[in-house]
Amino acid sequence: MFGLGKKDTTVFVVVIILALCAPFILNPFPGNSSLAQFNAGYPDLMQRFVIFGIFAIGFNLLFGLTGYLSFGHAAFLGAGSYAAVWMFKLLSMNVIPAILLSMIVAGLFAVVIGYVSLRRSGIYFSILTLAFAQMSYNLAYSVLTPITNGETGLQITLDDPRILGASATADGGIPVTNLFGLEMRHFTTVDIAGWSFNFSVGYYLCAVIMILAFYVAVRIFRSPFGMMLRAIKSNQQRLYYTGLNARPYTLAVFVISGMYAGLAGGLLASMDPLAGPERMQWTASGEVVLMTILGGAGTLIGPVLGAGFIKYFENIFSKINDGVLHGWFSFLPDGLENVVITLLHPFVGKGWHLTLGLMFMLVVIFLPGGLVEGGQRIAKALRRGRTEDNGAARKASHEPAE
Amino acid sequence: MGILEVKDVNKRFGGLKALSDVNLSVAENTVHAIIGPNGAGKSTLLNCLVGKLIPDTGSVMFDGQSVLGRKPYEITQMGISRVFQTPEIFGDLTVMENMMIPLFARRDGAYRLRAFRSVDSEAELRSRAEAMLEDVKMLDKRNMHSASMSRGDKRRLEMAMCLVQEPRLLLLDEPTAGMARADTNNTIDLLKEIKEKRDITMAIIEHDMHVVFSLADRITVLAQGTPLVEDSPENIKGHPKVREAYLGEAA
Amino acid sequence: MDAIILQILNGLDKGSAYALIALGLTLIFGTLGVVNFAHGALFMIGAFCAVTLNRILTLSHQVVDESRKDFLGNPLKVDVPYVNDWFGEAAGATIIDWSVPLAILFSIPVMIAIGVIMERGLIKHFYRRPHADQILVTFGLAIVLQEIIKYFYGANPIPTPAPDVFRGSFDFGVLLGFDPNVIIYPYWRLVYFAFAALIVGAVFAFLQFTTFGMVVRAGMADRETVGLLGINIDRRFTIMFGLAAAVAGLAGVMYAPINSPNYHMGMDFLVLSFVVVVVGGMGSLPGAVLAGFVLGVLESFASMNEIKSILPGIDQIIIYLVAIIILLTRPRGLMGRKGVMED
Repeated sequence: MFGLGKKDTTVFVVVIILALCAPFILNPFPGNSSLAQFNAGYPDLMQRFVIFGIFAIGFNLLFGLTGYLSFGHAAFLGAGSYAAVWMFKLLSMNVIPAILLSMIVAGLFAVVIGYVSLRRSGIYFSILTLAFAQMSYNLAYSVLTPITNGETGLQITLDDPRILGASATADGGIPVTNLFGLEMRHFTTVDIAGWSFNFSVGYYLCAVIMILAFYVAVRIFRSPFGMMLRAIKSNQQRLYYTGLNARPYTLAVFVISGMYAGLAGGLLASMDPLAGPERMQWTASGEVVLMTILGGAGTLIGPVLGAGFIKYFENIFSKINDGVLHGWFSFLPDGLENVVITLLHPFVGKGWHLTLGLMFMLVVIFLPGGLVEGGQRIAKALRRGRTEDNGAARKASHEPAE
Repeated sequence: MGILEVKDVNKRFGGLKALSDVNLSVAENTVHAIIGPNGAGKSTLLNCLVGKLIPDTGSVMFDGQSVLGRKPYEITQMGISRVFQTPEIFGDLTVMENMMIPLFARRDGAYRLRAFRSVDSEAELRSRAEAMLEDVKMLDKRNMHSASMSRGDKRRLEMAMCLVQEPRLLLLDEPTAGMARADTNNTIDLLKEIKEKRDITMAIIEHDMHVVFSLADRITVLAQGTPLVEDSPENIKGHPKVREAYLGEAA
Repeated sequence: MDAIILQILNGLDKGSAYALIALGLTLIFGTLGVVNFAHGALFMIGAFCAVTLNRILTLSHQVVDESRKDFLGNPLKVDVPYVNDWFGEAAGATIIDWSVPLAILFSIPVMIAIGVIMERGLIKHFYRRPHADQILVTFGLAIVLQEIIKYFYGANPIPTPAPDVFRGSFDFGVLLGFDPNVIIYPYWRLVYFAFAALIVGAVFAFLQFTTFGMVVRAGMADRETVGLLGINIDRRFTIMFGLAAAVAGLAGVMYAPINSPNYHMGMDFLVLSFVVVVVGGMGSLPGAVLAGFVLGVLESFASMNEIKSILPGIDQIIIYLVAIIILLTRPRGLMGRKGVMED
């Protein structure tokens, strides 16, 4: 189906179902239950899941296939966001031109940065990309203030021209981002029994784009181009002596990957029309590295899982405070309860990054293939367990006969 | 006029003269061996042929075109393939994928991007890859992860990858270096088979006299960066200069 | 002229910090072949050693001071540091005042211990893994270390003053025949520069004149051969890592008065230090030190108003710009050796 192999089609269908049913899947607990805090089916949070999913899918095209570890991908995300906000300021509040421009701008950025950085490989490549991203960040903060509005960040205001739209709404407010009139922030809440599910226009736009982005990534993975990229990772020497020039391939994938980041940046701005320099900072680049590795670099679904996993736990963990912990462990005797809570305290709430760092280290040490490898190992162990059971059963049934 | 013509090639590294006035002509459809003791300049010569080094003076013509100043991938596209001393394959890829890449390179050139069609839809290339694997008796291993194969199989795969591009000249850089006797004999048989089945020119750089004398139609002896003699294997065997300079058997 | 001298001086203290961190990074990279993204965190921990010692020394108990009364006429409760009890008031005050230099002694064992634990517990298992994995795991470790410090010390910078004697500024201008107050330079920054020079000298002397250093240098030149000689490289690696950690830590301790320690200072310096290492040449110790000072001074020059008015924003990007140009024109950096990380 869709020109994909059987296995890929399955993965693709799973992604479609996950993306379209996310409002249900992420709200498994009734609103009034004590577990409701684990719900994540809120429009803004779900939007982040899929937007960072797109970012990670793009990053994985570069890192997963070619092994070039870019530490500067946030520069493209930031450039995309700025481009989109400018489109909202100058043209109209329709998200389509904004998203298109954000991809184009990020793509151009990637051509320049990629052309220079890809002259080196390995750690040098990582440092070159890092240097470019930090340069962009520093410039966005200082000299480029007319374009980026410096530290405050770029926002839309009432006196923006918006040639194809209105500077202000009829009642004098700042207009909101929309898709041909369909407002991004609009959502309906459906209450079924104790549950309430949110269906937001913005989320579904992001989800559909994510599905498209995922589809394109699968096609690239399975194309001759994708195979060349894996060959580049495997043995550049042999590639040259097979009559292939690696540079156009690496540059192409770098630009594609940069455009994915730009798309993610454009969508971020479309959901909430502001852009600040911190989106370009290297910690933001580090985050997409974490997502991709955690999920499983070089696998199709890994980056999506990684992005969802990190954004979900970021939200959940940072909401847990001592009060919540006390609620959980109230069944323990008082002394023990306090000990447990003191031990857990550093890892939750504001300590979420500590948990993230530890989790990331554990994954790199024990599961270099990320969550996907973890899943495969479990599946394998289960399968082996089953065949052993069968074998034992067969043996048992044979023995009496002998 | 040979398919490969090396004329008056000189190459210096600082004060060291690696190649001086090398002239070499490899006739089409022959197996030409280049032998010589360590440091005779064999590897330097090879690197000049594939574009890794550029000679200080002289010319290297392949099929009437100069290869000098061209990048390795351009030279490969001209029809020169190379087998390395230790097999260079795409270890992360399967055997079949290893075979598809040279086929794409041959059909699509050095940098055609085909990003949106499936590798699986390339039935014609696939069947050519399978035929080639059959030829080197590796068809049953087509789905294997290539890094996990034995060294002998890697060598076969590498040769298959070169041959599937139908090169006009195959360069072999000590193809049996570090191999056990049995493996060496297998490689010799494989090369003989290859030669019988198709029109191909081979240039072999080799240490092992057994290999050279079993395969070569013509032998060039290199010593201290200069060709000493060029002759048929029979004549080389008995050549006093060669025995003295290379075989070290001062008679 | 005076402006130029002033900028050179201004660049020296930052350059010293870059040089010291880059030196440690290079030691680790050259000997162990590991790219350590957690090295900035070690610098940060060093700075927090100074904070910690200051807190330990100022640990106090309350004493009722009968000679002083509050406005109701009750005797005042005052905090008296324990050190005052032990050494007397004057000596106690001096000790507290000198807490940053004293933290040097305190930090050396702490940093070596942290370095050794890091190497034995984590880095050791990554010698044979790809550089990307090393970068990733040390990146994770850097986040963890940074968050631990944030948990215990909070997110705000903690002012950590230098001893009183060094608080003023030195008038270089007078010394060089300029008008007074043209080239003034804080004493502590001079101290920092001298300290950095001392550490760099000590590390080089150690590598040059001890047998241990000789083996390490040989190992940096050719790891495999040294391994074949039957020398126990493992233990030396551990010691090298401890040493590099100590160098980073010392750089941090003494930097505390210049820039109030905060939990993310390590990352800020790390990014720049990597650039420094690359500019200096991966694996070259003199290159790292040279590049550290050169880039520090360049950065300082770029922030001169005269230059900023011609090239706005140049001060923000100069280091990265230099790095990019160097990497493209001289891939081995200023003093890099052939064959290091070229694959």
